[in-house]
Amino acid sequence: MAAKIETETLTGDINIPSIQPGATAHYKSNPAKEDHNKFLGFPGARVENWREAAVEHMGELLGKYKSLRVFMDICVRCGSCADKCHYYIGTRDPNNMPVARQELMRKVYRKYFTPAGKLLPDSLTGASELTEAVMTEWYSYFHQCSQCRRCSVYCPYGIDTAEVSMAAREIMDHVGIGQKYCNEILGKVLKVGNNLGIEPHALKNTLEFVEEDVKEVTGADVRYPMDEKGADVLLVAPSADFFSTPHIEGFTGYGKVFHEAGVSWTVSSYASEFANFGMFIGNYDTMKKVAQRIRDAALDLGVKRIVVGECGHAWRVGYSFWNTLIGPFDFLDPKYPAPQHICEFTLDLIRRDGLKLDKSANDEFTVTFHDSCNVARGSRMGDMPGGQFEVPREIIKAVCNKYVEMDQNTIREFTYCCGGGGGLLTDELMDLRVKGVLPRANALKEVMDRHGVNTMAMICAICKAQFTKVLPNYGIPMETVASLHQLVSNAVVLGGKIGV
Amino acid sequence: MGGLSALSILFAAMFYAAAAALFFGFLSKIYQFAATPSPLKIPTAPAPTTALGAAGRVAGEVLFFTSLFKGNKWTWLGGYVFHVALALVLLRHLRYFLQPTPKLVELAGPPGVWAGIIMTAALVYLWIRRKAVDRAAYISLLADYFALGLIALIGVTGLVMKFVIRTDVAAVKSFIIGLVTFSPVEMPADPMFMLHLLLVMALMVYFPFSKLLHAGGVFFSPTRAQVDDCRERRHVNPWA
Repeated sequence: MAAKIETETLTGDINIPSIQPGATAHYKSNPAKEDHNKFLGFPGARVENWREAAVEHMGELLGKYKSLRVFMDICVRCGSCADKCHYYIGTRDPNNMPVARQELMRKVYRKYFTPAGKLLPDSLTGASELTEAVMTEWYSYFHQCSQCRRCSVYCPYGIDTAEVSMAAREIMDHVGIGQKYCNEILGKVLKVGNNLGIEPHALKNTLEFVEEDVKEVTGADVRYPMDEKGADVLLVAPSADFFSTPHIEGFTGYGKVFHEAGVSWTVSSYASEFANFGMFIGNYDTMKKVAQRIRDAALDLGVKRIVVGECGHAWRVGYSFWNTLIGPFDFLDPKYPAPQHICEFTLDLIRRDGLKLDKSANDEFTVTFHDSCNVARGSRMGDMPGGQFEVPREIIKAVCNKYVEMDQNTIREFTYCCGGGGGLLTDELMDLRVKGVLPRANALKEVMDRHGVNTMAMICAICKAQFTKVLPNYGIPMETVASLHQLVSNAVVLGGKIGV
Repeated sequence: MGGLSALSILFAAMFYAAAAALFFGFLSKIYQFAATPSPLKIPTAPAPTTALGAAGRVAGEVLFFTSLFKGNKWTWLGGYVFHVALALVLLRHLRYFLQPTPKLVELAGPPGVWAGIIMTAALVYLWIRRKAVDRAAYISLLADYFALGLIALIGVTGLVMKFVIRTDVAAVKSFIIGLVTFSPVEMPADPMFMLHLLLVMALMVYFPFSKLLHAGGVFFSPTRAQVDDCRERRHVNPWA
């Protein structure tokens, strides 16, 4: 590992820093290689006429996305969003203020798409040509946005920087300026079936390992099946659930819940990935292709229901976009006509008294819940607005005795991103990731000190990977990070109430 | 228009040009906003699950600036006071456009004067805010100060006519009614009124080419206006 990253001492308070221009201008994601880009249909390297091509593509996107069209025109730079981004709070770089990040695109928009920008001097309009320097800024700062939408909550017009950074990445990809992390992973999911590139036989081994592990610990025969035609449920989990910690403990929990419900289920080796980085790069066709594998697998296996695992951005895609991208889901059981979140499945079972739970199994944990950004601000669970907050909390309270909330300005729709979302969970951005976790780390630190919290549960694979990696920089042990279904897994008494 | 002075003809012509720029400029932007498709459902969650609920959410933004209130109380205070005062000032000004003056507009007379003072003061506050807060100073463009300054000058010239060099209100009214009924009459030979009107015309032209489009654009923001019914109704992307 490189030199230790300078971190602030956690105080438990979130302070808004003064600006420090250029503080993170040098952060740069590794560029995609030729074959990463080409596989997704982008030019292998930066094209000769990249300026003209980028401006032309921006024009196309302005015609295709109402969000971009409206957001480019109506920002008044009031600054309501300015102090809301975790990356601004952590890095102090003013270009990480959402409004300033948007302005990186808006100044180019003004130059090529507004009468004033075309006719008047740039010094009057604040317009700018798409120069080499501007493109360098774009590549750096549009890869310092985790698309968490926190800014959008506070904007008087709902301007969502995620929409702008997605458009910027799409424009860059279109002219051959791709980011390695996202584009390489998208290649893997489209070729192999998951982001980690796990081949079917390796996946099978993992599932058998989990099966044996559960047998050893509990003595129960809980199955973790793969590619079983005719199963009731297709489970689509983020592939990190098959290998990483604490992800796999959560995955173990899903299987126990299905086992207790008496529902047959299977994972698919063809669609062994719930994550969809197509959203991060703002490319509609890629996002659709990644999602299409799941529809195809569900049809191929002949399942009646689709249930998805703990993954934040993917639940946004699954809840908000799937029906548009790969719907209608008229082939599913009319009782469960839409793909469900595993939390909805589990809570439904708990409410019907279908799970025997021993809360004391979690007594060593004082738990808090981290709302993952895309779940909180881009999706829903259950019947009511805000179900995405209540459903996971109700589960935790059903399986744990000790539950504590973090500061109300840092949870629910006001939650802070983990600092690693949106296609930034890559080593070369470690400095940004460590700094970006600062507000969440402070909110967590406060309940650790005041209430003895030692466990932060969550339902997002990226959050889990990010927190376990960066929280130790602040002296918070990685074991603090837990999968929600890990707590469920601990509390389930197997064989308690099969088949309710 | 026989018998009108060259100056009156010039002002009348400019007024019609400015009104046309505002009307057609704004309308074409609104049409553009409305006509651009929304490929995906992107309401900022938690979002209303009914169309009525979403309309209520947008109404909350328009009438009370609910999200700005969550974001920054001091900016909300300045912005909200300014907009409410502006609304009252505009209501009061209808007296120059309508004959006879409707009762409501008459009632808005005295508070409208106060509103003029408060509006101008709020603009000064918003200007100072942009200079004083380092984050706001960093993001503020010339255009932001221009909009504040232009409207503040309109306020000041209006207040001067009210309190310092009183203008012939009857002459102003007949001039404006002449304009809006397309039968222009001689304009009052009052330099302060001419300046006031010039600034207003500048604002009318500036409006559809600037950030002032937020006035119409807020109704089209998909993160606020969309309904969260992704499961119940399949949203179709018109271009995919």
